[in-house]
Amino acid sequence: MEATVATENKNEGAWHGGGKKPLNASYGKMMMWFFIMSDALTFSGFLAAYGLMRFKFLDSWPIADEVFTHVPFIHGHYPMYYVAFMTFILIFSSVTMVLAVDAGHQMKKGKVTLYMLLTIIGGLIFLGSQAWEWKNFIGGTYGALELEDGKIVQFVDATGHQIALEDFVKRDNVERVQHTRSNGLWYVEDAGAIPPYTVNEVIQSFNANPNIALRTEEIISETKHKKILSREEANTFLEKSIGVVKGANLKVNEYGKTLFADFFFFITGFHGFHVFSGILINIIIFFNVIIGTYERRGHYEMVEKVGLYWHFVDLVWVFVFTFFYLV
Amino acid sequence: MAHETSHDSHAGLIWKVFGFLSLVTVVEVILGISKPDSIHLTNFLGTSILNWIFLILTLVKAYGIAWYFMHLKQEKASLRRAIVWTTVFLICYLSFIILVEGGYIGDVMSKYTNWNNK
Repeated sequence: MEATVATENKNEGAWHGGGKKPLNASYGKMMMWFFIMSDALTFSGFLAAYGLMRFKFLDSWPIADEVFTHVPFIHGHYPMYYVAFMTFILIFSSVTMVLAVDAGHQMKKGKVTLYMLLTIIGGLIFLGSQAWEWKNFIGGTYGALELEDGKIVQFVDATGHQIALEDFVKRDNVERVQHTRSNGLWYVEDAGAIPPYTVNEVIQSFNANPNIALRTEEIISETKHKKILSREEANTFLEKSIGVVKGANLKVNEYGKTLFADFFFFITGFHGFHVFSGILINIIIFFNVIIGTYERRGHYEMVEKVGLYWHFVDLVWVFVFTFFYLV
Repeated sequence: MAHETSHDSHAGLIWKVFGFLSLVTVVEVILGISKPDSIHLTNFLGTSILNWIFLILTLVKAYGIAWYFMHLKQEKASLRRAIVWTTVFLICYLSFIILVEGGYIGDVMSKYTNWNNK
């Protein structure tokens, strides 16, 4: 590492543009570590806030296994598999990154180039997967009813598995009109898309279908399953329903607490933004490797520094994975 | 340091760490899908034993990434401690305060949630 940019160091006592290396770490590397520590505390704050709300609503939080159940090209209920694949992709791109750093120490330009390219591809696959996961979450799976106090009730079949609204709701062919400010209440914002069914259609279909039961958000502590209501109890819930919910956004969430959706979008979004900027930085470094910047500089420390950032993004995902999908 | 100047390749070690991290992830996923009742429906220090297993496995993975991928193992002990001890202390402190508070609010609020809808 003698060939650092500023080798001449006449100014004793100062770091002098990286010439001095306290704790045997160069200026750039140490600053990357400082940044990573502060970013780690930011993520901890977010995850701790998620934990606060989770403990606050411990008896009614959505169960992740029932929320994230999609696998591309396959229909059915497959919890966790896809997110496990995403985790694997990110760990693998971390491996190719550390192999690039390793090749850099040996001044093997060709290998560094290859491994950087693989790292970038891994990051892109992860980001694409996350977008797909968001798409499914926003679009929703089954649909649910929202009650006037904000509770969500879902529909299950005789075996206790959730069923989608379109599997049992019959349409009435009532004409429905999209609300706009220009032809409705001027002080009400344009409403979102019209839900697929009206509340009345759902309630009538429920009454006509004795095999279907209603499920609340409440978790029974003995079995850790959501509570399924009897038909009589269900009526007291149905008469308070105010809307049909399909999918999840920042205002409603068919899977349960809206806060779950808010935190999901915010934390995975913030992490995804880190992945995105990591990919951009990796691309810059990748081209610098190709044009030989680091070969001329005499060392590949820049690859190591961006590698630290990339591993940190992986590290954060390990925690996000645990707290959103496992625990 | 000693390794850095000798320019040895650590590729063998890297693949081993990768194998280990993948194995831990596979174990997590199997447990997460099957959720065995014997450890899922328990309560130990505020949460189920299954959740404690997830938490410990997560910390094991974090250790693997920080020590071997981020090369903390090869840094000077003083730099490593400055980074790890500070962060770990602050995160433990933050989570302790906030989670205890969340549990308390949950206890108080759950009495007022009307699950019978009457």
